[in-house]
Amino acid sequence: MQAFVYGHATDIAEALVEGGTKDTVFLAGGTELLNWLRLGIANPARVIDIARLKGLSGVTQLTDGGLRIGALTRLNDVALNDDVARNYPVLSQAILKSASAQLRNLATIGGNPLQKTRCGYFRAEELLPCNKRTPGSGCSALHGINDKHAIFGWSEACVATQPSDPATALAALDAVYVTQHRSGGRRIKAEELHTLPGDTPEIDNTLRDGELIVGVELADAAPQSAYLKLRERESYEYAVVSAAVALDLDGDRIGRARIALGSVAHKPWRLAETERALAGVAISDTSAIRSAIDASFAVAKPLPHNAYKVQLAKNATARTIRSAAARTPS
Amino acid sequence: MEFCSNLTVALRVNGRHYEVTVDARTTLLDLLREHLELTGSKKGCNFGECGACTVHLNGRRVNGCMILAASAEGAEVTTIEGLADDGKKLHPVQQAFIDQDAFQCGFCTPGQVMSAVALLHEGHATSATEIREWMSGNLCRCASYPQIVSAVQAAALQMGGS
Repeated sequence: MQAFVYGHATDIAEALVEGGTKDTVFLAGGTELLNWLRLGIANPARVIDIARLKGLSGVTQLTDGGLRIGALTRLNDVALNDDVARNYPVLSQAILKSASAQLRNLATIGGNPLQKTRCGYFRAEELLPCNKRTPGSGCSALHGINDKHAIFGWSEACVATQPSDPATALAALDAVYVTQHRSGGRRIKAEELHTLPGDTPEIDNTLRDGELIVGVELADAAPQSAYLKLRERESYEYAVVSAAVALDLDGDRIGRARIALGSVAHKPWRLAETERALAGVAISDTSAIRSAIDASFAVAKPLPHNAYKVQLAKNATARTIRSAAARTPS
Repeated sequence: MEFCSNLTVALRVNGRHYEVTVDARTTLLDLLREHLELTGSKKGCNFGECGACTVHLNGRRVNGCMILAASAEGAEVTTIEGLADDGKKLHPVQQAFIDQDAFQCGFCTPGQVMSAVALLHEGHATSATEIREWMSGNLCRCASYPQIVSAVQAAALQMGGS
């Protein structure tokens, strides 16, 4: 690990000022940053510990009925919060299928979506060609072992996926990341936080240097929502494909569907065409649901080793729609 | 804000107060093992993947390798060395691991035990399935998993349910 200097911020203003300096990173839960430091994925000169900042933890009700989750709230505390579990089960389930109990006691809801891909070439302990790790060096996965890689939105420069389960659930919920920055804060729609790789795969998201996620806001309750994570082990493993679904039901018909897939693209992948086609469809009409799902897969482009993920993702979507519909709002 | 490449960390470990000067890169696990000679917490993967370094930080189970020592300033830490009453009478979970033959090589055992103690406090021992899920962050390459689940169930009974 390269040497760095460590400081801990006593208030947000101080963190934002100091965080704007070059080669400076924020440390929250640390469960991802420490591995970047070990692997040389990040080599900061300065680390600012923000984990003890006041006012950035906990789940609070918004006056319009939504929830605000402080960015430093630990993942287990989000998932096990009564309001989250009852009104946003997709988020609670996604978190409880993430990492391990120990890691979820450290990792934060603001930090988790900023994790980087699990692509083995990117994470290699000895440097391999990887445009995300070393821009211009090529992509080892494009013609290499790419069975876990993207089926949507990839480029010749990078076929990596974003693995965050919470970020996938937040995208389906139309959540908002609230940020602060020394030149002013923003509200970022969850599906607009991450970027597609294009020619600049070294860029993962739209945050500016020194910009800090301070909270996550959830709008209307989504009690009929569900998360499915398909993986090679039953627990404590990254997804091959995951699906987050939130439904508004009108009797036995779908009023509105919101669907995001995880681990299929460089960002949580919303199925916009499917969502439109599902409006008004009876929940028992499996063939109409199948057709609606197919609509979003017209642009799927599997790699040599991951064609199986297309069918898997379609099946996961259908199954998760059923799970969400079957939930009885409490 | 003051930035340091070396700093003094004050924390309590197993009820004792320590002040230790460390390099900023030092993890809590390395502080315990290299500076306090508490080598019960094991360094398996050093990437947060195996759980062999599981300790309790302010009463919650965490991976000691995933926290900078500096971040543990002012914290209350419990390690496997601090579990037995007065260092003599084994904790019920430790006894259950022996009774149920829940280890072979023993390298993962301190982390398994610390995780299991936390799991029981969390109330996640209502079924074998739930125990397996909430113990999944602790790998055992000898694959003593069935016996580990039995040990957690036995300890849950001994300690008055989950």
